[in-house]
Amino acid sequence: MGTVEAPTKKKSDNSTKTERISGSEAVARILAEEGVEIAFGYPGGAIMPVYDALYDHQDEIQHVLARHEQGAIHAAQGYARASGKVGVCLATSGPGATNLITGIADAQIDSTPLVCITGQVASSLLGSDAFQECDVIGISMPVTKWNYQVTRAEEIPEALAKAFYIARSGRPGPVLVDITKDAQFDQLDFRYDKCTHLRSYVPVPKLDHSKVKEAAELINNAKRPYVLFGQGVILANAEDEFKQFIEKTGIPSAWTIMGLSALDTDHPLNVGMLGMHGNYGPNLLTNECDVLIAIGMRFDDRVTGNLSKYAKQAKVIHLEIDPAEIDKNVKTEVAVLGDAKESLTELIKHVKPNSHDEWLQKFRDCDKLEHEKVIQEELNPTSDILSMGEVIKLINKYTNGDAILVTDVGQHQMVACRYTKFNKSKSNITSGGLGTMGFGLPAALGAALGEPDRKVICVVGDGGFQMTLQELATIYQTQAKVKVLLLNNEFLGMVRQWQQLFFEKRYSSTELINPDFQTIAKGFYIPTNKVTERRNLEEAIKEFVESDSAYFLEVMVGKENNVFPMVPSGSGVAEIRLE
Amino acid sequence: MEQQEFTITAYTENHVGLLHRITIIFTKRKINIESLTTSESETEGIHRFTIAVTETEETVQKVVKQIEKQVEVLKAGYYKKKEVVQQELALYKLRTDSLTNGLEVERIVREHGARFLTIEKEFVVIEKAGYKRETKALFDELKTYDIIEFVRSGRIAVSREQYGLGRQVAELLATEVV
Repeated sequence: MGTVEAPTKKKSDNSTKTERISGSEAVARILAEEGVEIAFGYPGGAIMPVYDALYDHQDEIQHVLARHEQGAIHAAQGYARASGKVGVCLATSGPGATNLITGIADAQIDSTPLVCITGQVASSLLGSDAFQECDVIGISMPVTKWNYQVTRAEEIPEALAKAFYIARSGRPGPVLVDITKDAQFDQLDFRYDKCTHLRSYVPVPKLDHSKVKEAAELINNAKRPYVLFGQGVILANAEDEFKQFIEKTGIPSAWTIMGLSALDTDHPLNVGMLGMHGNYGPNLLTNECDVLIAIGMRFDDRVTGNLSKYAKQAKVIHLEIDPAEIDKNVKTEVAVLGDAKESLTELIKHVKPNSHDEWLQKFRDCDKLEHEKVIQEELNPTSDILSMGEVIKLINKYTNGDAILVTDVGQHQMVACRYTKFNKSKSNITSGGLGTMGFGLPAALGAALGEPDRKVICVVGDGGFQMTLQELATIYQTQAKVKVLLLNNEFLGMVRQWQQLFFEKRYSSTELINPDFQTIAKGFYIPTNKVTERRNLEEAIKEFVESDSAYFLEVMVGKENNVFPMVPSGSGVAEIRLE
Repeated sequence: MEQQEFTITAYTENHVGLLHRITIIFTKRKINIESLTTSESETEGIHRFTIAVTETEETVQKVVKQIEKQVEVLKAGYYKKKEVVQQELALYKLRTDSLTNGLEVERIVREHGARFLTIEKEFVVIEKAGYKRETKALFDELKTYDIIEFVRSGRIAVSREQYGLGRQVAELLATEVV
């Protein structure tokens, strides 16, 4: 295809004066102009001009040097999720760029706004298999919201303006701008206009008020309405409106793992977690509600289980910003397209004050059963073996629900999300959609730098921790106050659990003969402690949470503990197992 | 749901890479694209994709939403077989001496409403526009004369509505502040 004029952009009234500067200087100035205070990355040949320009902008933009590009991008994700700002990540061409891909895919599926800038070989070398050349545009296309290759310096302002606009608007996501080395070196007449509009792009669909009224009608007539909420509530900054909506209507509300922390854990209408390792009532009663109100969530298969057995009795209302999510997995009766904040504000006006005490009581009854069968033993084990749950319980005791929780992927993630208390939004950072092991530690670093005044507790397992533990060096270098809690069961616990339950205990390649993590953490100059017995646990946790620096606490937990409840893969939500 | 023939139309910006961005939506779902054509549209600067697939309507609906979701796509939609006027173009290259054995080839070309595009000393090229079954029928008849080369274009189609998606695109562009 040929090229045509780029899409029109509303021009601001800025003066038209320009300045002659290099492409790389333009990149640095644009980052500052877009309010970027921290960028994560790793230098290399093809991005060196940009790094050289950043040297002159250190007062405005702090560059965090990760120890691997995957660490840099997960840190940018953690930063974005904790702060609500766009995460920025820089890498060189070839391997630098390909090492970003896992994080970009993770950000895409979890709707995290990122601007990734990669260096590329000189435009004259494109397609010649030059040193560190790689088609990062082609590779990243399936996992980016948008991407673009800059081959001329004068394209840089418009490309980056679009990148920031697209990353942060509508349903957020990662974008990638690949800049050839000659475009970084060459001069351009620089002026910068932020992008606020693209003619081919509708970030937020226009709210259809008739749909809001239809939804309100269904809600007002419902006997057993049930709310499922996801990250859309957080991304729209709609936590207050969401709370007003459920309080006015008295509807029990359950969260997806991405929606966790949007509503305080102790809120009386917060009935708990959805999905494969979610709470008993929220799963079971999905198949008993009459109206299901999904808000900013996408009916992931880990939430729905077998779709042919999912909420068939219910009329489904879906409040959603992305039209492609409507009817994707679950057929909707009423779709309310729009930003959750705006949709909920309108919906609140049309719903009648109500309460559903009898229906809510059903959730409480389920809770009671789950408590007896699972939670009691998990939080207060009768055996000498330490459980993950009792560790999290003590964390809650000393954080009072004020901390940011960052988790990796696996059993510890499920236990931490199930039992951690939250009283503030944007406090749960985890790899939800992609399930990326190795996400936790670098994401915690990013979160700590994005929210330096908050405590950041990073819970990891011994498997995932070893995928990105080199980032302890970045934690040391930045002096970020990340508190790493390693729940060590000497197994790839979640896979082992599946092997136990579904593969006749054939523990194929899941047992870990681990290194001495204490020595490792000490090697990175991070204060450490290790707990193997219950009598030392509380004191250790207290010191861990209250320390005023980075800290590494390892707790040896039961090797073959399982996470329950569980909706086995392929089963319906009502087939949830308590044991 | 039954699989049937659909024509997907998308109005887009004319940018490098958008073709890949659109085709991977099909690849991700392991859907075979039967044909794909890109061209200018009735609106200056706006490009048009015409994609032919045989799929269930539900799948096509989801795919179309994913296409329209792409930042550089203005509008996307889909049509069933009866909702479009469609054509494909086929070229057949034969040896010139196949014309010298009586008037058979000439008769076939005439009956199929095809035409000679060029007659060279060594070969002739016949052109036929029509539905796939029509170009296929001509192929089957010419087969006995040794077809040296055959090629068929992708499907192009316009909707049977008076104003299709193009009107929506024009309206959208009319509201633009330049």
